[in-house]
Amino acid sequence: MSGRLRVAVDRDACCGSGNCVRTAPEVFDQDEELGLVVLRQPEPPESEYDAVREAAYNCPAAAIDLTEP
Amino acid sequence: MSDTLATSVPTYPFGNAGLEPLLPDLGPDGVGRVQLPTGQQAWLFTRHEHLRELLRSPDFSSDFTRPGFPLIRPMPEDMPRRPDGSLIRMDPPEHTKFRRMLTPEFMIKHIRTLEPLIRQTVVDALDELRAAGQPADLVEHFALPVPSMVICHLLGVPYADHDYFQERSRILLAWSSPPEQVRDAIEEMREYLTRLIAVRRGEPGEDMISRLAAERVATGEMTEEELVGLSVLLLIAGHETTSNMIGLSALVLLEHPEQLRQLRERPELIDDTVEELLRYLTIVRTGLTRVATADTAVGGHPIAAGEGVIALLSAANRDAAVFPDGDAFDLHRGSHQHMAFGFGIHQCIGQPLARAELRIALSEMITRLPGLALAVTPDQVRYRDAVVFGVQRLPVTW
Repeated sequence: MSGRLRVAVDRDACCGSGNCVRTAPEVFDQDEELGLVVLRQPEPPESEYDAVREAAYNCPAAAIDLTEP
Repeated sequence: MSDTLATSVPTYPFGNAGLEPLLPDLGPDGVGRVQLPTGQQAWLFTRHEHLRELLRSPDFSSDFTRPGFPLIRPMPEDMPRRPDGSLIRMDPPEHTKFRRMLTPEFMIKHIRTLEPLIRQTVVDALDELRAAGQPADLVEHFALPVPSMVICHLLGVPYADHDYFQERSRILLAWSSPPEQVRDAIEEMREYLTRLIAVRRGEPGEDMISRLAAERVATGEMTEEELVGLSVLLLIAGHETTSNMIGLSALVLLEHPEQLRQLRERPELIDDTVEELLRYLTIVRTGLTRVATADTAVGGHPIAAGEGVIALLSAANRDAAVFPDGDAFDLHRGSHQHMAFGFGIHQCIGQPLARAELRIALSEMITRLPGLALAVTPDQVRYRDAVVFGVQRLPVTW
């Protein structure tokens, strides 16, 4: 299979737990005003895949959607 | 034996006898009915996978004023039934609005700026512990004051008043407190914070209560009553949970000397150690209560609208399907999937603060007290019979 892992976030669903920022800080951030998820890299490098998958699995609000390559 | 259990409904909650959470045999699926002290019955879920589904489902409400909500302790008749500002009892969209007002306050990057203050608080408390002479109670001199001082700083509550709110907080959480006493403790906490908010509105400080009063109450986004409720919740949650975790963590580390030795040799193991302690101890032992708002199902088990459910975090965090040999404490486990902070939209908003406090408190404790040891035998340790699990006292030498 070719292609890359694609990440999408749902800020409406986000509850700002910060799990993703702790797990994959290169890919996820939180904005200053509401503390909601900000996607830094919609197509992160392969070195981030494990962390991104863990972040999606552990997101309490199911606000991270992955499209596997 | 199993016949008896299969036909009788176990009484909930199961009690806090020791480090091992008590759990009746619920059969292979880990789902069963329990009898609550309020006369109600509820579904009990214990599997990790089931809790993920249940706590993320929009078909359950956290609002305890809804009919059928499973109440795990009797409430006095005249208990004011208002969850005003108590975030953990709200549903969307109200919950979403309130949570978003608080999220930036507890973000990792904001908590990071607090770390020097946390470290200084920890170091000062350890100095005072040593000054108290041996043996000393680690709970009284370390585990309780550190998170209490930090949450006071964050909220803008004078730490000098700690006896007042700690005593009421203890009453509130103890199973043995009569309902009337619980109601009075809540009312007194509310009165205390109402007075404090009035002071902060007149003379704002660099703290969360002042900020919320100026930016949310003054603008009409939040009522003063709601700010009072929110402040009560944050004050209690902010010191009770972390303080119990510090006391219990010290006990667990001392009971696992080989792992403690490894942690002392390799301080970078502290993050994994904190996660494993959170999983292993899961101090919110009573689990999370919800009521179904529609006919729904969890793990294929049908639940009717109006039925109560309990998500037992402590059992899910030892589910062998996710944590093999889950009854063992193993700091090398990499417990990234634990639910000690809950799951779903209500997952603990203060978790970055809790993690920072635990990491700093435990690291400094084992470094500055290299000879730390229990001054009692493990069987003499008394646990708190309270909504939040913990040790009453932990006499130590160093």
